[in-house]
Amino acid sequence: MAVDYAKVGLKVGLEIHQQLATASKLFCSCPPMLFKDEPQMVFLRRLRPTQSELGQIDPSAYFEFQKGVKVLYEANRETACLVEMDEEPPHPLNKEAVETVLTASLMMNMQPVDEVHVMRKTVIDGSNTTGFQRTCIVALDGWIKVGEKVIPMQAASLEEDAARKIGTEADGKIIRYRIDRLGIPLIEVATAPVIYSPMEAQEVALAIGRILRDTGKVMRGLGTIRQDLNVSLPNGALVEIKGVQALDLISTVVEYEVQRQLNLITAKDELTSKGVKAQDIKEDIVDATDVFKDTKCKVIKKAIDKKNVVKALKLTGFAGFLKRELAPNFRIGTELSDRAKFWGRVGGIFHTDEMPNYGVTTEEVKALRKAVSAGAEDAVVFVADTAENTVDALKAVVERAREILTGVPAETRTAKEDGTTRYMRPRPGAARMYPETDIPPTLITSEFVEHVRENLPESAEKKLQRLAKEYGLNEKLATQIVDSEYNTLFENIVKESDVSATTVAVFLTESLKALKRDGIAVENVADEQIREMFRRIGSGELAKEAVSDVFAWLSKNEGKVVRDAVDALGLKMLSKEEITVLVDRVMAENKQSIEKLGKNAFGMLMGLVMKEARGKAKPNDVSELVKQKLS
Amino acid sequence: MSQNEANLGYKGEALEALTKAGCEVGDIVRVTGDGKTYEGILIPRSESGNNKHVVVKLKSGYNVGIRLSANVKIEKVGKGVKPSFASPPLPPQREELPKIVIMSTGGTIASRVDYRTGAVRSAISASDLYGVVPELADLAQVDTQILFSIYSENITQKHWTKIAQTVAEHIAQGAKGVIIAHGTDTMAYTAAALSFALQNLPVPVIVVGAQRSSDRPSSDAATNLIGAVKAAAYGPFAEVVVAMHETVADTTISFNRGTKVRKCHTSRRDTFKPVNGLPIARTADNNEVTMLTTDYRKRDPSAQLVLKPNFSEKVALVKFYPGFDPSLIDWYAERDVKGILLEGSGLGHVSARCFGAIQNVVSQGVIVALASQCIWGRVNMNVYDTGRDLLSLGVIPCDDMFPETALVKLMWTLGQNRDVEEAKKLFKTNVAGEFSPRTLPQETQIKEGGA
Repeated sequence: MAVDYAKVGLKVGLEIHQQLATASKLFCSCPPMLFKDEPQMVFLRRLRPTQSELGQIDPSAYFEFQKGVKVLYEANRETACLVEMDEEPPHPLNKEAVETVLTASLMMNMQPVDEVHVMRKTVIDGSNTTGFQRTCIVALDGWIKVGEKVIPMQAASLEEDAARKIGTEADGKIIRYRIDRLGIPLIEVATAPVIYSPMEAQEVALAIGRILRDTGKVMRGLGTIRQDLNVSLPNGALVEIKGVQALDLISTVVEYEVQRQLNLITAKDELTSKGVKAQDIKEDIVDATDVFKDTKCKVIKKAIDKKNVVKALKLTGFAGFLKRELAPNFRIGTELSDRAKFWGRVGGIFHTDEMPNYGVTTEEVKALRKAVSAGAEDAVVFVADTAENTVDALKAVVERAREILTGVPAETRTAKEDGTTRYMRPRPGAARMYPETDIPPTLITSEFVEHVRENLPESAEKKLQRLAKEYGLNEKLATQIVDSEYNTLFENIVKESDVSATTVAVFLTESLKALKRDGIAVENVADEQIREMFRRIGSGELAKEAVSDVFAWLSKNEGKVVRDAVDALGLKMLSKEEITVLVDRVMAENKQSIEKLGKNAFGMLMGLVMKEARGKAKPNDVSELVKQKLS
Repeated sequence: MSQNEANLGYKGEALEALTKAGCEVGDIVRVTGDGKTYEGILIPRSESGNNKHVVVKLKSGYNVGIRLSANVKIEKVGKGVKPSFASPPLPPQREELPKIVIMSTGGTIASRVDYRTGAVRSAISASDLYGVVPELADLAQVDTQILFSIYSENITQKHWTKIAQTVAEHIAQGAKGVIIAHGTDTMAYTAAALSFALQNLPVPVIVVGAQRSSDRPSSDAATNLIGAVKAAAYGPFAEVVVAMHETVADTTISFNRGTKVRKCHTSRRDTFKPVNGLPIARTADNNEVTMLTTDYRKRDPSAQLVLKPNFSEKVALVKFYPGFDPSLIDWYAERDVKGILLEGSGLGHVSARCFGAIQNVVSQGVIVALASQCIWGRVNMNVYDTGRDLLSLGVIPCDDMFPETALVKLMWTLGQNRDVEEAKKLFKTNVAGEFSPRTLPQETQIKEGGA
């Protein structure tokens, strides 16, 4: 579907969050790192909406509280102390983090504030042990240039990252969070909503990402950058999309969101013209367990065996609408299902638009329709779970179905890897912020600002010119390096090893991209190991042809070093004697051909020898020897 | 309203500039200069802040500090709304439930923040507490009362007396249990004081606090309070106890005897640990109160409370340390102190250099008692010469009372008796479980914390 974005009135604003590579966390001395093993301790907590929040509280959080939802926190000794556990007040604001945000702010032409005040932003979904996220504004009102367009930047803030959600258990009554990530410093920069097309959103994000990387103080790899998009259409709604992790997904996410909103508007118009009204959708929830007492549907049977129930609900006039696609592989049924999962803690819903299916028979569907008195124009939604969860789930379905008849709901959604988005929670009201009284304000003196200004890192543009000039990179490679997360690493490698800059650049851009495509987890390999690979190539201990194999092995064997990879892969370089033996053997095996071709046998011989010696001998050494033997 | 109240926390240059511009805290102001403009609500300045900045809450909710200088202009663009604290209506009382009383004295459990300005208010009322935790309505009929609104470091013997008297009144009026909300810093002292002052109790008296203020979603106030209400309304015991988190998790509230409990960590939720004892009861996972011992005073509505609320102010706690100057002991005696609680080392020692001073004050009729700064364990002054010498000087060993409880007991003892020998006798008598003849190995909390 080709959309004229100007005509539909698309407006996008970006909020970019990037983890900072500081020596310690924002409010304590723990290292900013995650752990993979089993937690060394867990503790159960409950967050409670505080008195003054009642009425203005995030409704989903209040709902969860009323349902008795508890949070189980996981920790280990290496990555969290009493501060993350909310058992000790925060230490003063990390100065290194403030300086980094100030650097980025000045690069975006923002005005630093004179005094930084840390605030508490109420968040009671469990992702912060305190029940609030600590955040502060460091600078305001700047701009960056993207192409010819000036993009106003609203603010640069410094905030603590949240705990990582690990999962839910006990029918959704316990949420597990890991507190290793809690407290890692994040810079947040926000643009004004002046972006008018999906591609432009991606370009602006790229430009901001470049500036942040230029500070040299940001983390790298999956999960270290999160892009939030505010997408709005005048006839639709302002929808906040959280957590787009990959840059090249941004345009797709915006495209799909526009499609979703436009399709929802169409669905509303069609339903309305059929005469369906919001008040026709009734909360008449019927117990349909009997309909399925002999069912072949595994999910439902399992639920009934567990003494759970099946509850059903009629959606008047919705027949055929639930299977309608809003975005690729994303239907109105999915919208209802997401709400049911969130509010009802259920695994999903069934609906008649997809029946018969999943072992549910035509007879069962017929009986189900009868049970809720549904006509041919109506759809039926049903859920199998505990009595409480099914009722909550179907109530949420009713609410979402009614919203379809009023338009697009303003809500917070989360981005999936395929570019579609899913319901996350209702949009929070005005952010409830109050001062973090445990942390004194941080003074930003004009001397400090001048000091940072004088030491600003090189801009991307200047860097591009310098890389081309200093290292002889062609324009394409230089651009790729500047855009990559590896530009500092690139220069370090070239400075310390005897490998050509182009070889290093090709590896850090094209080879890594290819490896990533092959499913290699490139973020698993530490910078130091990459540097070690090239030091070895430079000194002749490793063939440059083997570099991708070594890298792939390292990514699968975290914690190991290059030497281990060389041993494991049998990549020890052949000695001169070993090469001679190999060449002699190959020549003996191909005696007839050599006699026939004479010196023209060189290419063939090189191919055969290198087939065996690839990664273990330098092609130059081999070719010299072959030439010598042929003459 | 005075100018200072109107411009909370501002001093010097900043105060002058604000006064000149006619701005008060809460007003909407615009600050222009140095190429920047800020507009928002004028926020109070914390006492520790310098006097060159004003703080403004921007529309986004963030606060920023703005430096004042000759070319910075402040103007008032709108009148602010003064913050108001409306307590939520009390939930309806269920008449079939037991009647209890929550008395508030102040502290973290009773502190909150004004969300608009950030000012911390330490006077959340007892009825606010009740409003914050509506579940309490399902547990008991709760009567609430604000006794004081003070930080616990400002509590004195006079406050203990007032608390004890008020508890006695509530019990006389038929309360099935009384709860005292208290700052945690000196909460254990108050619990010990009440243990001595309220004898022959018919119902439980629960002292409760919080390590995280009740304006935070993660506050321990609500769970501690729910545990306290359960114990007050239904607990089978009739003693003074402290109710607080047993671990860093929100799952368990433990009840420790008022004479055997101590604040042992500056910030953790499970800061209150039993010393030379074990919790007498516990509520786990929102269940009812479970007794952990058979050795406790039973709830008995027919018991007649004996109130002994007086405490002497002429008592000092003197900590011994290497190089301690013995003349400090004389200094106290010169100030008319009637009792000195020495916090000695190890099994119960102070340097022999102190003997002269001790002998001197004892001869003047000052009671000198000795508890150990080890905190855990029992003093035994028969093992070493020094201990034996101190005994012969008339120093009273405090057995397994740790210093704070021993201090409170000395204050209470001297509050009851003018006669020194009578007072000594009373001091050595087990009044409220402060002495225990047996110490079990698990009574020492030297282990890695955690849930």
